Amino acid sequence: MSEHTQTVADERIKNEPFMTRMMKKPELGAIAGVILVTLFFLITADPVMFSLSGVMNFMTPAAQLGILAIGAAMLMIGGEFDLSIGSMVAFAGLFFGVCIVTWGLPLIFAIPLTFAFAAGVGATNGMIVIRSGLPSFIVTLAFLFILRGLSLVGLKAATGGSTQLRGVRDATENDFLAPFFAGDAFGGLFLWLAENGWVDTFKNGNPKVPGVPVEIIWFIVLALIATYILLRTPAGNWIFAAGGDTNAASNSGVPVNRVKITLFMVTACCAALVAIITVMDAGSTDSRRGFQKEFEAIIAAVIGGCLLTGGYGSAIGAFFGSIIFGMVVIGLTYTDFDQDWFQVFLGGMLLIAVLFNNAIRKRVTGER
Amino acid sequence: MLDATQNNAPIIQMNNIEKHFGNIIALAGVSFDVRPGECHCLLGDNGAGKSTFIKTMSGVHQPTKGEILFEGQPMNFATPRDAMEAGIATVFQDLAMIPLMSVTRNFFMGREPTKGSGLLKRFDVDHANQVTMEQMRQMGINLRGPDQAVGTLSGGERQTVAIARAVYFGAKVLILDEPTSALGVRQTSNVLATIDKVRAQGIGVVFISHNVRHALAVGDRFTVLNRGKTLGTAKRGEITPEQLQDLMAGGQEMAQLEGSLGGTV
Repeated sequence: MSEHTQTVADERIKNEPFMTRMMKKPELGAIAGVILVTLFFLITADPVMFSLSGVMNFMTPAAQLGILAIGAAMLMIGGEFDLSIGSMVAFAGLFFGVCIVTWGLPLIFAIPLTFAFAAGVGATNGMIVIRSGLPSFIVTLAFLFILRGLSLVGLKAATGGSTQLRGVRDATENDFLAPFFAGDAFGGLFLWLAENGWVDTFKNGNPKVPGVPVEIIWFIVLALIATYILLRTPAGNWIFAAGGDTNAASNSGVPVNRVKITLFMVTACCAALVAIITVMDAGSTDSRRGFQKEFEAIIAAVIGGCLLTGGYGSAIGAFFGSIIFGMVVIGLTYTDFDQDWFQVFLGGMLLIAVLFNNAIRKRVTGER
Repeated sequence: MLDATQNNAPIIQMNNIEKHFGNIIALAGVSFDVRPGECHCLLGDNGAGKSTFIKTMSGVHQPTKGEILFEGQPMNFATPRDAMEAGIATVFQDLAMIPLMSVTRNFFMGREPTKGSGLLKRFDVDHANQVTMEQMRQMGINLRGPDQAVGTLSGGERQTVAIARAVYFGAKVLILDEPTSALGVRQTSNVLATIDKVRAQGIGVVFISHNVRHALAVGDRFTVLNRGKTLGTAKRGEITPEQLQDLMAGGQEMAQLEGSLGGTV
C-alpha cells in the first residue's frame, strides 16, 4: 500500500469554521466578557470611564489582581490551587517592610530577599502537597490562616503593637530601583504628548495622566512571559501535562513534582511582587493587605478559561479576566448603580464562566 | 517471514523469571523471548501473571529470580526509564495520554524537541507538528490537525498515537498491554494493522491479550501463561484456536464450559 494515497483528506471532515476554531481557545470566554462589560459600561457609565485617566483608573486594580491571577492560572493549569496567595501578599509585605525599615536594607538587597523568602514559603506549600498527597486546597487553606496570623503577629512585633509598618517611602525615595516598582512609567512620553496637545492637560500644562502605573507594565509583561512559557516551551508542555494527568505525565518522563513545586514558588513570587508594588506605592505595609485576593485571583483565572480540574487554561485568559474584574469594580462608581452590585456581578460571572468552561471541555475532550 | 525471524537473535530474552510479592508467588518461572520483526503473543486469563510479567520486562518490577538478557547481555532494569532508554517501550492500557492536550503535545510529552539556546530555548512547535502529522499518516490516521485534542480521537486512534510515539522514539521492543480489549471490531482491526506495520519495521512486538482471535490474527508465536507459569510456546500454524483457548483456561474447566455453551466461546 502506498503511503501517498493516504494524504488525501478524510471526506467526512469539513473545513472548520472560524467560530469553531475560536471556540477551542480557552481565553475566548474572557475576551467575550471584556467586550460585553465594555458595551455595558459604554451604555450606562459616565464617558469619563473610557478616557485615558479612566482607563488607568480601572487598569491599576486590574493589574494588581492580574499579577496574582496569572500566577494562579499557571498553578491551576498545573493542577493545583493556592489559597494562601492573599495572605502571602501581607506576609511578603511584612518581610519587605522589615527589610527596608527595620534593617535599613537598600532595594537591591530587599527585593531579591523578599522574592527568595516568598519562594521558600511557596516551596513549603508545594512540598507538603506533593509529599502528603493531600489536595492543595486544604493545605493552602491552612496557610491562608497561618500566613495571615503570622503577618499580624510579626507586624506587632516589628512595630511594638501596631498592625501597620510605616516609613517605607522615606527609606526608598531615592533608591535607583524604586522607579521599577513604584510610581508611573513613561513619564517623559506623557509629558511630550501633553506638550503636543495629544492628551488632556491641567491648566499648568502638565498631563492629567502622568504616566502608566508600573504595575500595569508588570502585568502586561508577565502575561506575555507566562503565555510564551505555556505555549512555546517544554516547561509549558509539562505544566499542561502535570495538570492533565499526573500519572500519564510522569510515566512519559515529565518531572511532575518539580513542575508543581516550581509553580507554587512562582505563585508565591507573584504575591511578593504585588506586595512590593503596593507597599512602595502606599509607603507602608499592613496586615490586611491582599485580603481575599486569593479568591478574586482564582475567579479571574476561571473567567479566563482555567478548569478547576487542571490541564487546561491560559494566561491571556487570566489577563482578560482580571481586566473584567477591574472594569466592574471601578466602572460601577461611574454609574448610578449601587456599588455593592459588584459582588452579585462577580458571583454571576464566575457561575457563567464555570458553566461555559465545562461545556468547552466536553467539546474538546469529546465527552458526551 | 518465520524463517527470517528464527535466524535472528532475540532482542530480549527472559529466562525462568520468578517474582514474589511477600508470600504470594506471582510468577513461578516464566521464559519468554522476542526477536526483531516478530509479534510474540503472550496469552493468559485474568490473574495468570501477564501484567506482572510485562512490568518486570519494562522495569517496573525487579525479578526475584531469573535472568534478563538484552541483546545478549545480562540486564537489570532498575526503573522504567532504564528500560525505555534501552529501547523497551510499553504501551499500558491507560496509554499515558492526556485527553485535553493536543496530539502533538501528547506525542512529545516529556521529550519536547527544542530550538534556540539559553533563554530563547523553546519548544519547536512547527517541527513537532510536522513530525506528528507525518508519523500518524504513516500509521494510517489522518488528523484534522496537529492541534486536535486527543480526547476527540477514538480508542483505536489513541492506541495508534501511543504506538506511533513509542516507535518514533526508537523502540526496539514494543510491549502492548491488551491494546484491543476495549475496542470495537473496526478499531481492533486498525490496531492489528498498526501492529503489522510496526513489525515490518523490524521491531519486536509483545502483544498481550486474552483474545485468541486477535492474537492469531497477527501473532508469529504464542506463549500461554497460566497461574504464573509458561505452559509452552507455539509457532503460528502449529496450534489451533481451540487448543490455545483450552491452554489459557487451564484445559479441563473450559472444556466443560464450552459443552454447556455449545462451543460459542
